[in-house]
Amino acid sequence: MGKTLLDKIWDKHVVKQIDAVTDVLYIDRHFVHEVTSPQAFSELKEKGLPVFRINNTVATADHNVPTKDQHLPIQEALSRKQVDTLIANCKEFGVELYGLGHPFQGIVHVIGPELGLTLPGITAVCGDSHTSTHGALGAVAFGIGTSQVAQTLAAQCLIMKRPKKMRISVNGSLGKGVTPKDVILYIASQISTSGATDHFIEFAGTTFEAMSIEGRMTVCNMSIELGARGGLVAPDQKTFDYLKGRKFLPKDQDLEQLQAYWKTLYSDNEATFDKEVTFHASDIDPMITYGTNPGLGIKIQDQVPLEAPKKSLEYMAVEAGQSLIGKRIENVFIGSCTNARIEDLRLAASLVKGRTTAPHVNAMVIPGSKQVEKQAIEEGLDKIFEAAGFQFRQPGCSACLGMNEDKVPKGEYCVSTSNRNFEGRQGVGARTMLASPLTAAACAITGTITDVREMMSYEEV
Amino acid sequence: MKKFDQLTTTAIPLLIDHIDTDQIIPARFLKTTVKTGIGENLFRDWRYLPNTQPNPDFVLNQSTYSGELLIGGENFGCGSSREHAVWALMDFGFRVVMATSFADIFKQNALNNGLIPLQVAPAFWESCVQAIQNNPSTKITVDLNDQTVKFNDESAHFEIDAFRKQCILKGYTDLDYLVSIQDEITAFEAAHTVPAIGFQ
Ligand code: SF4
Repeated sequence: MGKTLLDKIWDKHVVKQIDAVTDVLYIDRHFVHEVTSPQAFSELKEKGLPVFRINNTVATADHNVPTKDQHLPIQEALSRKQVDTLIANCKEFGVELYGLGHPFQGIVHVIGPELGLTLPGITAVCGDSHTSTHGALGAVAFGIGTSQVAQTLAAQCLIMKRPKKMRISVNGSLGKGVTPKDVILYIASQISTSGATDHFIEFAGTTFEAMSIEGRMTVCNMSIELGARGGLVAPDQKTFDYLKGRKFLPKDQDLEQLQAYWKTLYSDNEATFDKEVTFHASDIDPMITYGTNPGLGIKIQDQVPLEAPKKSLEYMAVEAGQSLIGKRIENVFIGSCTNARIEDLRLAASLVKGRTTAPHVNAMVIPGSKQVEKQAIEEGLDKIFEAAGFQFRQPGCSACLGMNEDKVPKGEYCVSTSNRNFEGRQGVGARTMLASPLTAAACAITGTITDVREMMSYEEV
Repeated sequence: MKKFDQLTTTAIPLLIDHIDTDQIIPARFLKTTVKTGIGENLFRDWRYLPNTQPNPDFVLNQSTYSGELLIGGENFGCGSSREHAVWALMDFGFRVVMATSFADIFKQNALNNGLIPLQVAPAFWESCVQAIQNNPSTKITVDLNDQTVKFNDESAHFEIDAFRKQCILKGYTDLDYLVSIQDEITAFEAAHTVPAIGFQ
């Protein structure tokens, strides 16, 4: 009987079995941020425990940080306290911290892969549900709660039940204006936000094979939005090329040993999955959400379904049976761990170049990390955005969850490249519509919900 | 970890599917560095009107229903991994959440704190909700030992992993166990292929 990719990686990390379904799982990389760690560090202090493996642990400040004037002290008292608590804890326990002002600072799921901290075949955790992002490199990566953050700090292991396996295959090439974000929003609209509950997803098929690593990150990022604990893509030549030259890629003998292991990382032909679904790339169009969970999305040219949940429609002030095209929007947010990497910014800039945002729109670009910011500036993308009327700011989670000052005002619409459109997610009463960076850019220009394909020349893809 | 073995209580029905953790505890209340006092902001934006007055339409503000068991719809606790959602529910006074399904991370967080994620079949859920709506003083008994839930003359079995069940019955935490096997973990590392991070 063959093994799935997930099982191969999982088996390699079992320290011991507790019972037939429960394992002590070793964790190779633990990413820490300021919001879900303070109570975990407190637990260690109460028990007089050190951090067991500081060389498997990295921290950054992202959720609370301002996206303007990051060289100044954080204004908001509670945010400042949380970030200061992280700094103090990292100092006390000896944990490597890429805090504000550090050239490696950024959204935790952006910096892991870009620094070569995340590798194929490893286990990675973080006290954040979008840890699934790291699965794009072929890692078993999943979000954990604060109790588990404490366990990982204290023993570098977790007691875990092996998840069920699901394979989502998409085959074929993507049409004009269709991006990885549209692929995952489409899947969410088809299987709903609980379609993968209790499962770990493997994304397979020619569409993902052809996709860039950053595109795969966008897809894996939203695995949790399908109810899955995580999602991963089998590593291939693209993955290995992506990793070349990354800061923390292991070297010499360590790397050779890893590379031999990486060659084994695919699901065997005879492997069986608990659930399988298949889609065709040609069925996917640019997507937008109309409701208050990421599964409530439609092809941008379609009408809001008649059976859409009423509570959602009321909150969003949209009507069943209507098209969203032409609907006025007030905000555009290009950012978050879903879509704030350099390729996302390049894509948005390619559409924005030479155009101007509608006067009533507040449009923001928040790069995912200091490295992305630096690269974008080197390529002149900041100038393109600013010339068009966008604000180009400093890295952090920002309006994805509005823990800092960047919030969407009550009752206003925001076309957002983030991953959650829950009630109040971007600010109390804010109305979020999830879309790709390309669609978000198009909406910023017209000030309304727009089918980006109508703004693209034939040469543009 | 708060121990749990058996509880008889009335229940509060919050009959909405896909209740996400952003509703249970909005992000702006995650700036705390402790676990206490967080129940104050449980379901904050549903519970209070914009003028900070309690919303009379929200079930937690109605004197009709009370109890230590919250009934939610399907996919309860979806969204962010914030354990603050579990702390908020427990700080408010809940010990059990009954739903037809739970989001994975929420379930794990609940089990790590001794909040029981009680998953029941839709038919049982419906008749339980109906009984409570007909008579809000209906008592529900949840017994972790024999994994049953009962009200009036109906009862059902619920699933919980054997290991988790023992932890909650005894109040054991994973952390203490993992620390106790650090030698085995060190031995595992010696033969492991993935190197630690080479910080300079
Ligand atoms: S960008 Fe948004 S989803 Fe991603 S880690 Fe930050 S808050 Fe979470």
